[in-house]
Amino acid sequence: MTAEAFDLSLYAKPEGTGRFGMELAVDGIACGACIGRIEGAVKQLPGVTDARLNYTNRRLHVAWAEGGFRPSQILAALENIGYSGHPFVPLRAEQEEAAEARRLTRCLAVAGFAAMNVMLLSVSVWSGNVTDITPETRDFFHWASALIALPAAAYAGRPFFESAWRGIRSGNLNMNVPISLGVILALAMSVVETANHAEHAYFDSALMLLFFLLCGRTLDHEMRRKTRAVAGNLAALKGEAAHRFDDDELVRVPVAAIAAGDRLLVKAGERVPSDGIVLTGNSEIDESLITGETARRKVAAGATIYAGSMNDKGTLTMRVTAGGGATLVDEIEKLLEKAASAKSHAMRLADRAARVYAPVVHMTAALTCAGWLLAGASIHDAVVTAIAVLIITCPCALALAIPAVQVVASGALFRARLILNAGDAIERLAEADTVIFDKTGTLTLPEPRVVNVAEVNPALLQTAARLALSSHHPLAVALSREASPRAPFDGATEEPGQGVRVTIDGSEARLGSAAFCGLDASDVHERGLSHIYFAHAEHRAVIAVSQKLRPDAVAVVQALKALDLKLVILSGDRVEAVRPVAEALGIRDWLGELKPAQKIEMIEQLKRQGRRVLMVGDGLNDAPALAAAHVSLSPIDAADVTQAQADAVFLGENLAPVLDAIVISRRARGLMSQNLWLAVIYNAIAVPIAIAGMVTPLIAALAMSGSSLLVTLNALRAYKARRQEIAT
Amino acid sequence: MNVLIYMVPLALGLGLTGLFAFLWALRSGQYSDVEGAALRVLDDDDLQK
Repeated sequence: MTAEAFDLSLYAKPEGTGRFGMELAVDGIACGACIGRIEGAVKQLPGVTDARLNYTNRRLHVAWAEGGFRPSQILAALENIGYSGHPFVPLRAEQEEAAEARRLTRCLAVAGFAAMNVMLLSVSVWSGNVTDITPETRDFFHWASALIALPAAAYAGRPFFESAWRGIRSGNLNMNVPISLGVILALAMSVVETANHAEHAYFDSALMLLFFLLCGRTLDHEMRRKTRAVAGNLAALKGEAAHRFDDDELVRVPVAAIAAGDRLLVKAGERVPSDGIVLTGNSEIDESLITGETARRKVAAGATIYAGSMNDKGTLTMRVTAGGGATLVDEIEKLLEKAASAKSHAMRLADRAARVYAPVVHMTAALTCAGWLLAGASIHDAVVTAIAVLIITCPCALALAIPAVQVVASGALFRARLILNAGDAIERLAEADTVIFDKTGTLTLPEPRVVNVAEVNPALLQTAARLALSSHHPLAVALSREASPRAPFDGATEEPGQGVRVTIDGSEARLGSAAFCGLDASDVHERGLSHIYFAHAEHRAVIAVSQKLRPDAVAVVQALKALDLKLVILSGDRVEAVRPVAEALGIRDWLGELKPAQKIEMIEQLKRQGRRVLMVGDGLNDAPALAAAHVSLSPIDAADVTQAQADAVFLGENLAPVLDAIVISRRARGLMSQNLWLAVIYNAIAVPIAIAGMVTPLIAALAMSGSSLLVTLNALRAYKARRQEIAT
Repeated sequence: MNVLIYMVPLALGLGLTGLFAFLWALRSGQYSDVEGAALRVLDDDDLQK
């Protein structure tokens, strides 16, 4: 069979006249030398005008001139030198976030420049005020400060002003309202004071406040952008291709390019790329990703099959149906919408603090003004003192208290192989007191594994596993995971529906069905196991393949129990399949054969008992449950819809990230409230001084930077928050 | 103290030059691949052999 063409035109974007460009996520980059190798190999392709690899986010940008160049050549060139490339279109959210991050960095640069220069002038004034500065020089310095500070604040403060304005208009006070008010009043008062040749101006306080806050926001954004880029790459890596008939010619296309009415070929061992109807062929379909049910379903012409299910046996041709209203996936999406809208909007800690903080501060300032007026001070003095209260209470520490912990904790989670989807997931994870697991793909590995490694001769197993590399059959794929040399045998041939054979050292080796290998299969039937047979010369082996628990599942479940969490298994699989898993893990609360709606019902029931549920699941049938739960996790192998619902996604074979997520989040949550208390204590000391009218710009500067530094240093302690290594 | 009349604007001008240099670098993508830049410098395939 000739190599099938891979149509990637979907991903090519025009770049100027007659030129096209494409972005690829590249897998397998291990060291700096890869940069030169990859760029060199791609640039050698005729027609390519530029290739540039971004090492930080593992993405390759290729540009080519219009003509005979086919983008699939890039994939082939990468494969030749041992990398795999996956074209992708950056998500809108990712692009928006990148733009926002650049804007914040620009604001930060401007605020930093202005704050430093104004501080330089301010320090001169402060030292001059206690020595011999002339009023003319002081005025000159103040006007110079105003000249820098006003345009800089107008530019760098925009992220805060805009958000504050949105908050005021929609009627809820966020933290940006007191920030904006403080900055604007400090600047306005300073201008008035400067015009009156006064001793004190607060230009430096306003700018320093903006600078500190922008530091926090920029870091927060960068962290999120980094995790988002990794998530984007993983999504591209998962992006599968489908075989489409274009006028009876088979063309490989990205799944995203499939439209209703297309005729597709689905080979054995491939995932069904889209919902559709079988036209020809017979097979068994594994729908565990959709329903959680591990028993196969037989399909023939006319049967409906769903995206994400695995074609197990034969080759099928199918016609793609549009989401026609009654498919399983549509039904799940309907449930999803309902569950997501019913989800109570958990108010974030920072917003709760802001809601209390803003009115208290503004009231204090107003009372200060009134108090001084009653005590007989001039209107000018009373207003200046009131504004000093606003400046000193400007929630520098408070606004940094939570984001700083957030940044450090998401860094710690990232190292524990967790990628956060939702900004407030850390707070909600910390509150979880019940963990609900799905079984298939969550507690067990997403792909079946060999379960009787100990019973098979290791050398024989290695040979069989290496031979299995030449087959696409799901059982063979499972077996091939045990192979340590990842190179297949030369000259191995696959007999469709039977197995693979190859000649090793003069004798034939066969891997496949019992009949194919000349074995009697009758005596090795055991529930829940699938068998694959191997024969080489006089050696025979029966290899059992089955769903296997994640390697550290038992230890993680024990550690979770030690944290006083209630553990539950809710599975869509048969009761007989769930029981052994629950018993092996020692989880007493478990239910099987649940429909998606029943899973939601169970979660609602737990919620009514006042429990905060963490749902961990991967199947399409779990998506509504993930949305309904207080907080949710899903493994990276999960269905796309499911992953989009999860608050965080974890990578790798281990279940340990679930434990890490809870441990790190709880610690982070603790540090958040510690930081809030630090901010409160700071205010309790600083506010009386301000009310007494004793705050000078110098005191304001020291107090603000001191408190910001304190909460930031405290937040860094979240970095160390790692669980004790558990035995696996 | 008349020297301040031109020293302060001069200092500010220098600072602004730095700021604009940074903004230019940011715009032209110099910070988009910090790790890669550190590794590219070690690659000497461009030398004549």
